Amino acid sequence: MKQLEKRVESKAWEGFSGGNWQSEVDIRDFIQQNFKQYNGDESFLEDATPATKALNDRLVALKLEERAAGGVLDADTKVVSTITSHGPGYLDKTLEKIVGLQTDKPLKKALMPYGGIRMAKDALESYGLKLDPEMEYFFNDLSKTHNQGVFDAYTPDVKRARHYKIVTGLPDAYGRGRIVGDFPRIALYGIDYLVASKLDDLDNYGDGEMTDSVIQMREEISEQIRALNQIKDMAASYGYDISQPATTAQEAIQWLYFGYLAAIKQQNGAAMSIGRVDTFIDIFVERDIERGILNEKEAQELIDQFTMKLRMVSFIRTPEYNSLFSGNPIWATLSLAGMGIDGEHHVTKTAFRFLNTLKNMGAAPEPNITLLWSQKLPDTFKRYAAAVSVESSTIQYENDDLMRKQWGTDYYAIACCVSAQPVANGIQYFGARANLAKTVLYAINGGKDEIGKAQVGPAYEPISSEYIDYDEFMQKFDAMIDWLADVYVNALNTIHYMHDKYYYESAQLALKDTRLDRTFATGISGLSVAADSISAIKYGHVKVIRDEDGIAVDFKADNDFPRYGNNDERADEIAVWLVKSLYTKMNKHHLYRGSKLSTSVLTITSNVVYGKNTGTTPNGRQKGEPFAPGANPAYGAEESGALASLLSVAKLPYKYATDGISNTFAVTPTTLGHDEDLQKDTLVNMINGYMKNNGHHLNINVFNRETLLDAQVHPEKYPTLTIRVSGYCVYFADLTKEQQDDVISRTFHQTM
Amino acid sequence: MASVGATIPFILGSEEGRLMLQRQMHERKVPTRDGKIIGYVHSTESFGAVDGPGIRFVVFMQGCNMRCQFCHNPDTWRKNVGTEMTTDEILQMALPYRQFWGEKGGITLSGGEIMLQTEFALELFTKCKKLGINTCLDTCGQPFTRRQPWFDNFKKLMKVTDILLVDIKHINSDEHRKLTGFRNENILDMCEFLSDINKPVWIRHVLIPERTDFDNYLIQLGDYIKTLHNVEKVEVLPYHTMGVHKYREMGIKYKLDGIEPPTPERVRNAEKLLHVADYRGYLE
Repeated sequence: MKQLEKRVESKAWEGFSGGNWQSEVDIRDFIQQNFKQYNGDESFLEDATPATKALNDRLVALKLEERAAGGVLDADTKVVSTITSHGPGYLDKTLEKIVGLQTDKPLKKALMPYGGIRMAKDALESYGLKLDPEMEYFFNDLSKTHNQGVFDAYTPDVKRARHYKIVTGLPDAYGRGRIVGDFPRIALYGIDYLVASKLDDLDNYGDGEMTDSVIQMREEISEQIRALNQIKDMAASYGYDISQPATTAQEAIQWLYFGYLAAIKQQNGAAMSIGRVDTFIDIFVERDIERGILNEKEAQELIDQFTMKLRMVSFIRTPEYNSLFSGNPIWATLSLAGMGIDGEHHVTKTAFRFLNTLKNMGAAPEPNITLLWSQKLPDTFKRYAAAVSVESSTIQYENDDLMRKQWGTDYYAIACCVSAQPVANGIQYFGARANLAKTVLYAINGGKDEIGKAQVGPAYEPISSEYIDYDEFMQKFDAMIDWLADVYVNALNTIHYMHDKYYYESAQLALKDTRLDRTFATGISGLSVAADSISAIKYGHVKVIRDEDGIAVDFKADNDFPRYGNNDERADEIAVWLVKSLYTKMNKHHLYRGSKLSTSVLTITSNVVYGKNTGTTPNGRQKGEPFAPGANPAYGAEESGALASLLSVAKLPYKYATDGISNTFAVTPTTLGHDEDLQKDTLVNMINGYMKNNGHHLNINVFNRETLLDAQVHPEKYPTLTIRVSGYCVYFADLTKEQQDDVISRTFHQTM
Repeated sequence: MASVGATIPFILGSEEGRLMLQRQMHERKVPTRDGKIIGYVHSTESFGAVDGPGIRFVVFMQGCNMRCQFCHNPDTWRKNVGTEMTTDEILQMALPYRQFWGEKGGITLSGGEIMLQTEFALELFTKCKKLGINTCLDTCGQPFTRRQPWFDNFKKLMKVTDILLVDIKHINSDEHRKLTGFRNENILDMCEFLSDINKPVWIRHVLIPERTDFDNYLIQLGDYIKTLHNVEKVEVLPYHTMGVHKYREMGIKYKLDGIEPPTPERVRNAEKLLHVADYRGYLE
């Protein structure tokens, strides 16, 4: 590196232990050399400062105003959002320690047409606003967006599968998201060094053949360099020169936040994670405290106000999008704690400080706080997190021991709702999900859609007998998954080609290594419904009831049959087989840009919409009824208690579903114990047990059904009641009535 | 099912009835299947977090002599019915959950009244101790007696029991009889025996308006608990009405109709009078 010697001299780095991070971009090494473990409890934490309180009151009032106004207070109709499109914006300039808004006003929505101009237009219109005609002309006639590109290339087969909703939620009209920028790079190195480093990469890329991929990559690196310079300009508009490294904790947080801000100004991705910044920030905080220029109160203020900014991120969406991902989540996922590969835990005081924001500023859905759980995290931290869960139901827990091993690094973050991604050099191509429950019905009906009655899948011979023969069914089902894998992977290859072409994430990717490991994310919905349906066919002697068109519209199982969710091997092995089988079939295909296949068992709130579009299934689920979320057992299937249910889900193999296996768990407080100490113990033991059994992800909700029923009738009494749904956190009041009903009807684990 | 309510009430409270039950207990032949002791099990719960320390696998045994007016599980009263299970079968069910138990959790035998099936408990807990599993008995103490051979068997059981949850239904023996059908002298005797051998216990007391929620009785009970040396935790359990529907289903008259759960103030009052805050041993 050309600037090596100069860097070592950098005053900004005084007091840090040196290492490889001084000679090249290497945030992990910097953390490793400098972070300070904390083994104590939460007693050191401080309350919010008056400035934080005033800002927070202002924000909460604005959010309630926004909710009352139907979801949008103000939105751009003419200015296309770019890194530098807007001048500075503030909540209250005199009070803010960390600055920067998506647009020039708090909660004002940006115009982000590159995912799809129609989506942008429809989103505005659904809130009574009108897109500037010039914009429409520009993006329809002079230029093009991702969405138009995708539809120019989609095959009829893909269009049908999409229309009849056997694949749904594809990122073909909005940003795919799920790319975690290594935002600390700006703070540690300053923009100028990062630009120099990317120029170096450009020099070294393509001295050989100018192949398609080299040309593409060279153009992308140039885009990245452009983005870096724009980030510097945007920061300058707020009065900060970020060309050089940050010198204080405040600057470090501000610098890295500018990187994140650039990402959300450029992309309206389905998930816009902040990454794993707790240990990094802690190093700067500790240095300032040692230098006597920061005290605990001020440190907490920085963390509170940074977190407040993450709570403010939002995008304008269409009602259809909202019905899939309710409550306008943006997955500003914040990963905390975890272990190093050297066996040392990464719990710092700043991990505590982030959890403390929930107390200082009240519960909120964003950032999506994700605790990277290891058996070896200190008990003090585990118990504090458990207490926060009991209090606010805002934390999700993920198995760090499993992920570290699978991904081979301890510097990964959760990129979306639940999926891990190496921060320095990993990216994921997000790919929504395919409906396995519907695939069961297609196998029975010879590829005909049970609701639309159209021929969607291949016209194989339907099952025509009165009772379904298991062997015959399995043969047909296997062929139908083959087709599903084909059509699904084809759709995603098209999407990611076009996304790179029309909506490239230059800001996030500028903050990652140039040479990337890519994963090709796919997903499964309706897993438990499909598994129980197959179990019914195998063990229950299922009779088919057909309509006048010969389509199976109802089923009757003569015998009881085992169901997934009871730690009963007979049913659980079907669920495991389903995951492996779809994965294996998809893996036969060409995957865009040499990416590696991964899948998830995760639905977000789309389990409701998927269920709505799926006919009656052999497990007894009626047409239109919601699926269980994520990898959860089907409604009413769990008859053996909470732990049996956890053990069943834990059997799903993470190796095949590295994008995550989401499990959403609701329990009443008194079930956990009669006092707070026992409740904390129970939660800690429960999570430990789940993770020891290789469970991957756990949303924990602690409340009574009565509270939710009351909140549904009197939302004004619970303006900030938050709950965890599959993979994220949401204000209960922001869910649709159907989704609220869905949450209320789910299994609450309780004992008398 | 009709016999559940029908046979017991006439003997309840009478000396004749007490003797009859005692005779039954002593003359009871230990039930076996293929030479293996079996227990009558009402149900199991894999996720017990309020049934002793930590997360526990809870086995609810079938059969109880007491007829507590507030009992929310009248379906566990009848004896010698239920699912017949061997101790190995119980272990086979429980062990998959072992990784949830942490350092403190384990297996709890509850009821019904577990002490009507002490042979079964002894065999199960002996096996548990060999496997390093924490063992807990949840009992009301009604079958307790120092008569042999029952007492020897109980002493053996205590050697393999880590902790007991003891429900004291009422401190006043006459009131205890009205509430449950039995006097409490032998129950308190058990508490003192457990104190003498220094066996850790959690004392529990159900707070019922018009039955147990009187300051004078609560003070007496609080004073009594203070005389014991082995108490790690004292819990006030507010009376609830969640089991009432079972009475209707079983055709038994529910004697607490119209009594509402105690107010939070009365619960706090009871906790104060029972010195709940003084007992912190369970946290260690």
